[in-house]
Amino acid sequence: MSLTQAELKDFEQQADIWFAENKPKRPDFILPETFMEVGSDQQFHYLRDWQAKVYEAGYVGMAWPKEYGGGGKEQSLQDIATKVMAKHRVPFLPNTIGLNWAGPLILSMGTEEEKQKYIKGILSAEDIWCQGFSEPDHGSDLGSAQCRAVKDGDEYVINGSKIWTSLGSYAKYMILIARTSNEDTSKYAGLSFFLAPMDAEGVEPRPIKKLTGEYGFCQTFFNDARIPATSLMGKEGEGWKVAMATLMFERGATGGQAGGLAMMDLSINDIVELARRTKRNGRPAIEDNHVRSQLVELITESKNNSLMSARSKISALATDWPAAVDMSGKLRSSELKRRMCQFALSLQGANGSRFIGSDAIDGGMWQRSYLNAFSGTIGGGTSQIQHNIIGERVLGLPK
Amino acid sequence: MSIIDFSEEQSMLLETANQFCRENSTISVVRTQIDKEESVDAELWSRIVELGWLGVSIPETYGGLGMGLAGAVPIVESMGKYLMGSPYTSCILTAEVILSCASEEQKNQWLPKIIEGSVATTALTEEDGNWRLEEISSRAEKDGKNLVLTGSKCFVMDGPMASLYVVSVIYEGKPRLVFATGDQVTAGRLTRENVIDETRRSYRLELDGLVIPESQLLQGADFSRIEVAAMLMLVAEMSGGLSGVLHVIIDYLTTRKQFDKYIGSYQSLKHPTVQILLSQEACRSHLYHAATQITENSADAVAAIRMAKAQGAEAFAFAGDRAVQFHGGFGFTYECDAQLFLRRALWCQYQFGDSAYHNELLAPLLLNEVV
Repeated sequence: MSLTQAELKDFEQQADIWFAENKPKRPDFILPETFMEVGSDQQFHYLRDWQAKVYEAGYVGMAWPKEYGGGGKEQSLQDIATKVMAKHRVPFLPNTIGLNWAGPLILSMGTEEEKQKYIKGILSAEDIWCQGFSEPDHGSDLGSAQCRAVKDGDEYVINGSKIWTSLGSYAKYMILIARTSNEDTSKYAGLSFFLAPMDAEGVEPRPIKKLTGEYGFCQTFFNDARIPATSLMGKEGEGWKVAMATLMFERGATGGQAGGLAMMDLSINDIVELARRTKRNGRPAIEDNHVRSQLVELITESKNNSLMSARSKISALATDWPAAVDMSGKLRSSELKRRMCQFALSLQGANGSRFIGSDAIDGGMWQRSYLNAFSGTIGGGTSQIQHNIIGERVLGLPK
Repeated sequence: MSIIDFSEEQSMLLETANQFCRENSTISVVRTQIDKEESVDAELWSRIVELGWLGVSIPETYGGLGMGLAGAVPIVESMGKYLMGSPYTSCILTAEVILSCASEEQKNQWLPKIIEGSVATTALTEEDGNWRLEEISSRAEKDGKNLVLTGSKCFVMDGPMASLYVVSVIYEGKPRLVFATGDQVTAGRLTRENVIDETRRSYRLELDGLVIPESQLLQGADFSRIEVAAMLMLVAEMSGGLSGVLHVIIDYLTTRKQFDKYIGSYQSLKHPTVQILLSQEACRSHLYHAATQITENSADAVAAIRMAKAQGAEAFAFAGDRAVQFHGGFGFTYECDAQLFLRRALWCQYQFGDSAYHNELLAPLLLNEVV
């Protein structure tokens, strides 16, 4: 029952009209670029209202099953809707953890009850989700998680802390990895995965001030926090397996996400456009030879990524290391974004050294973007860990 | 227009070519051939001809398979992966010159010969190493019904094997192309050049006093088309070479031990190797994108191939450089295969424009395009 080209075209037009008419007014405060940067109530409510509106209009979760609150339609329609959102540069959908990781995970591995309970709230942004994987002493090494969960009757008692919980102060649920046993031979075997309620007593998210001086992350403390035993996903000891499945969603290696924009898209065209407006030594930066060659290199690199996606879909051309493109998506895009933002400062002459404020070019957006870009190259496994993972799993290099 | 087209036919060609080159161009075959006079063994060349590969890009009217340059790409990529030397790319390039610049009569005369295995080559570059194909100093002067050539050409691949040369000259003030045949280019006019890629056979061609009939002047002189085709062949070789050298690196990193550990477990080696993998993935993507654009005569073809050449040459040269370094003391020896790839990469970088050259030419194309 695949849709015809004409039907897809119709849908695209209809979505195009809707987003043109409903794109929210630019607020008078500076908006975050990703869900990891939501630092104030006004930013949060603005974005949550936007997601609710997009869901009501039926443009997110379109391919998720209807019985749980999704649209029950073809993935191709969602892809078109997401493309239209990017085209209109509308705000991103803030329930990123829910839409992209927790939701797909629950749909693929969850029980009927879990699907009934969680999916709709994820889509409508009524239930915000956060992630409790990293711990203060174990950045990218999830296997060493120390946060404890001890079963006590029909509850688990949680003690420990999690760090980098974006939206922690707004979240209703957390996907949580905690240690249910220390006795197993492998450190991975003692881990369990929970869909933990954040409103339980003893759960305390404390905002962390970021390198930009803004807020956006929390450290979440658990002090004898009691959560229902039914929050356990899968069985005790299966936490590592479930977490790995979640991370595959995070690295972009599997489909199933709800769609919609996960971040403000920054493209190389924005940098080129900036180079036309800014000056180096009294002349448009874009006329400077050094700037030109660097722009060409960045354009090439951004083209690398789009062409790789296109080629990896042709299996006859994905022969020697077929997983390379899919496994490296986050690494390539986050590193490129960091370097594009870093380069954007060099287009501003002495104004490169300004920071957020009205004197700065574009209100200091580029300086902030550069500093915030580290969230992509550090969060979800640092770029260095990504290199290890690709080296070991794609190239078969020894650990 | 698609970003990348890859037909069932191309995919079968890729599979066949990869297997053929893997079996017939092992490292020991490559090394044996390096010591021989010619770039390819005569028997191997005749098998390549029998496979019909010389005709993939040539239209069916002249006896070819009509796949355009995109048909040659999987073959050249496979040859590049296994460092196979041969006049294949020169023949494909010359056929492209004939198709874009020669008369119908000349096409009918030469294209079937190329398909049957007559070697054809180009003489475009000169002593000063200028990459701008129209800036040349060799000349042709009219003398009755003949043309008399003066000057000299460099980097004429497989010179002595060739029965046809396409030579660029200034004629009546304009850059033009002429044919010279194997009979006209007498042995004394060709001198072997010592080049960094030892799988190649490069010659200097002395033109002074060479007399050819006026009818050997080509009507067209589409240097841009020639440059595009030459770059596509080089990028295909580079893409294959990147994959070949990466296998060499991985083999060593997973078998060599130092301080009781496989050296591939050290992050200082592992991480650059991943960078090489990703640059290889990028190069291959640019290659098939450019091949698609060129074959479909897209307006983006020139930008696509320049970008591919600039990205791929840097990537291949880096990979070759690291491959030598990662082999440690062994890497410093002639016996280590890493040098074969590094030396191939340097050849590819400096033929038909290096990365800096193409990036400079890309700037106006890309910076106007994106806004």
